[in-house]
Amino acid sequence: MNDLTGTGALIRLILRRDRIRISIWVVSIALVVFLTAVGVRSLFPTQASIDQAAAATQQNAGAIAFNGPAQGLDTLGGQIAFQVGALGMVVVALMSIFMIGRLTRGDEEAGRLELVRSLPVGIHAPALAALITLVGMNVAVAVLVFAALSAEGLPTAGSLVLGASFAAVGLFFTGVALVAAQISQNTRVVYGSSGALLGLAYVMRIVGDIGDGTVSWFSPIGLAQKTRPFAGERWWPLLPLLLAALALIAVALRLAIKRDYGAGLVAPRPGRIVATRSLGHPLGLAMRLQRGALFGWGGGVLVTGIAYGSIAPTIDSFVANNKAMAELLASAGIGNLADTYFATSFRVMALIASGFAIQSALRLRSEESALRAEPVLATPVSRSRWAASHLTIALAGSVGLLAVAGLATGVSYAMAGGPWSSVPRLLGAAVVYAPAIWLMIGLVVIVFGFAPRWVDVAWGILAACSVIGLLGVVLRLPDWVQKLSPFERTPALPAANMAVLPLVVLTALAAVSIFGGLGGLRRRDIG
Amino acid sequence: MAPAIVVSGLVKNFGHARALNGLDLKVETGEVHGFLGPNGSGKTTTIRILLGLLRADAGSVSLLGGDPWRDAVALHRRLAYVPGELSLWPNLSGGEVIDLLGRLRGDFNWRRRDQLLQRFELDPTKKARTYSKGNRQKVGLVAALASDAELLLLDEPTSGLDPLMEAVFQDCIREVKAQGRTVLLSSHILAEVEALCDRVSIIRLGRTEQSGTLQEMRHLTRTSIIAELKAPAAGLNSLPGIHGLEVHDSMVRFDVDSEHLGDVVRRLGELGVTSLMSHPPTLEELFLRHYGDELSKEPERGSTEAEFRRDGRA
Repeated sequence: MNDLTGTGALIRLILRRDRIRISIWVVSIALVVFLTAVGVRSLFPTQASIDQAAAATQQNAGAIAFNGPAQGLDTLGGQIAFQVGALGMVVVALMSIFMIGRLTRGDEEAGRLELVRSLPVGIHAPALAALITLVGMNVAVAVLVFAALSAEGLPTAGSLVLGASFAAVGLFFTGVALVAAQISQNTRVVYGSSGALLGLAYVMRIVGDIGDGTVSWFSPIGLAQKTRPFAGERWWPLLPLLLAALALIAVALRLAIKRDYGAGLVAPRPGRIVATRSLGHPLGLAMRLQRGALFGWGGGVLVTGIAYGSIAPTIDSFVANNKAMAELLASAGIGNLADTYFATSFRVMALIASGFAIQSALRLRSEESALRAEPVLATPVSRSRWAASHLTIALAGSVGLLAVAGLATGVSYAMAGGPWSSVPRLLGAAVVYAPAIWLMIGLVVIVFGFAPRWVDVAWGILAACSVIGLLGVVLRLPDWVQKLSPFERTPALPAANMAVLPLVVLTALAAVSIFGGLGGLRRRDIG
Repeated sequence: MAPAIVVSGLVKNFGHARALNGLDLKVETGEVHGFLGPNGSGKTTTIRILLGLLRADAGSVSLLGGDPWRDAVALHRRLAYVPGELSLWPNLSGGEVIDLLGRLRGDFNWRRRDQLLQRFELDPTKKARTYSKGNRQKVGLVAALASDAELLLLDEPTSGLDPLMEAVFQDCIREVKAQGRTVLLSSHILAEVEALCDRVSIIRLGRTEQSGTLQEMRHLTRTSIIAELKAPAAGLNSLPGIHGLEVHDSMVRFDVDSEHLGDVVRRLGELGVTSLMSHPPTLEELFLRHYGDELSKEPERGSTEAEFRRDGRA
């Protein structure tokens, strides 16, 4: 087994350098599941309240679109799996994609692997070390999720199946990222293409769960949910998922020996001899560097918007055909179920657009760290102008993504039978999140200006906002905690009334933090 | 004419480590100034302060009559910079990077750009990702030399270049000098510095050790000689300018100050030479010889420039 020599030492290296990152991923996923369990229990203290919730959700296409098939909703465990299942699987998949990309192609692209490969280390050892680490992380997630649910007194079989389905989805995307890391030379493309597949899996799951369920069988997330945790568990749907993961890993290892170190499977094309006009100023450079990310995230938002919009008419008809439901909603103060559904959709898509915004603003730091800011700043380009170029893409690009989200949702809703007059209304409901996203960019800039080594906390803040936005009610977080998130300060159009003041305040805060951060950047050392 | 660069008493700390410790540097307008020092002596830190990328903790810096921190943008119109380790955007071609940097600076001579591409034999269509270290360095050199900047800041610009390209580089610098432009050339290759520089500053541990013309610093440029003699090596020891004489039977090995080389060779001829090897010592050898004892006493030598620059990055 010469190909594998050195795997053990490389695993120890990974555990040493990424011990904090690994712990944060694994523990925070288990913690969110645990808090959801606690929250659901206190939200529904009696069987009667669970039954009531089940009746309200059973045929609610909107809730099913976000969470997955309605199974076992009349049990505590079923409610917990419904609330946190799909979200948890997406996060486990992201964990696997980011860790694999970082540990394989990331190290190779940075040249760190070259020295390692010059040692008596087998050709497959680095990939295998990353793989074993991820298997360990996914198993740890499964075990901790099981432990968290068991600690809350939930049935053993269901807790075990839910934990295992998390790990199975994680391992599938471990395989996906490992293959992507062989094909592309560029770590960003590894993240992007694997993330796109994750988005596709999520959308297929929505389409299947709203329809007759067939399409869900072809989505890794949908398949994992077919294990029916707490609703008559069955293990066998995990089998094809794990077999697919094994097949992907085998393909990746085959591809790995077919290519050169540092190369992908696609030979790089020759570039331009002379730069185009647009590549003559900082904004042109920023656009060139970020256009791939902008189009990638734009495609993701577009598909998500189409998926959300096209199933919306189902919700209209659900309420129209169900008088009792309509009365129940009215008594709960929910005016229009479809509007509530749209409001949730745009909150989700605003969180996705924030992912782009943060990545885009963080480009400042990655350019600085890689010493690529230095040659630009050695020309007559001021620090502010250089920073403004990337921030323009972040600020305007996120508005563009929101507009795409609103239009895709509105147009697909209209084409599926909704009124065309709702298109401008939904466009507005999407774009209203721009100030909240700008504030996220502002947070990145202020940290970048004063404590550049800590810029990655922006991802932690986005994760916290996502937990508040998607699980805030279930977790029964106090109002003031929920209001810490700029997304909760934004009026939830079209369900809520428009409010201008919070938008003005968010915009002002964003402006202050951006200009403050630029002030810090002007005063500190570069590099 | 006012000097292009005047630095005095420059201090820069990175956390607890002191990178520059009262450094002085004076570069006259129109001269090619060699900036020498072993790894980690503070060359790159000094240049990054001259570029306004780092802020000095103490001391004064004047660049082209301005303050590099306060007047960075205005000063950068008048200078071109080649970093020792040029990091490029992996998916841009070499040609695109050269044009980008040229347009950002504002003055860019297209005809000279194409000439330089030919002289340095650089393929501008290749993506930066695929360039070797030497070719990456050529991208930076072409971008800088295609400008009409009055000051060139070159930080070990030839690291990774092959000897043919080193010769092209030296020709280019002579042309720059003939046009009356100023060059600060950081290097640890003594031959390159000797070939190009009017004056030299040698720094160590963030402080200037010596500064002056090469003539003034002749004592630094010694030639190492290994010779096989017919007669016993009598009288060599008494000649002026000979250092570290070792005698093994008929073989002698020593270093000689360049100004006494003629006398020594004459004496060797009298003794009857059967074989002769000579080479100028590298700067590292000189430093080891001159400062070896002091170096071993310094505990802080371990912190190199590269570590300062990479500090805290994943």
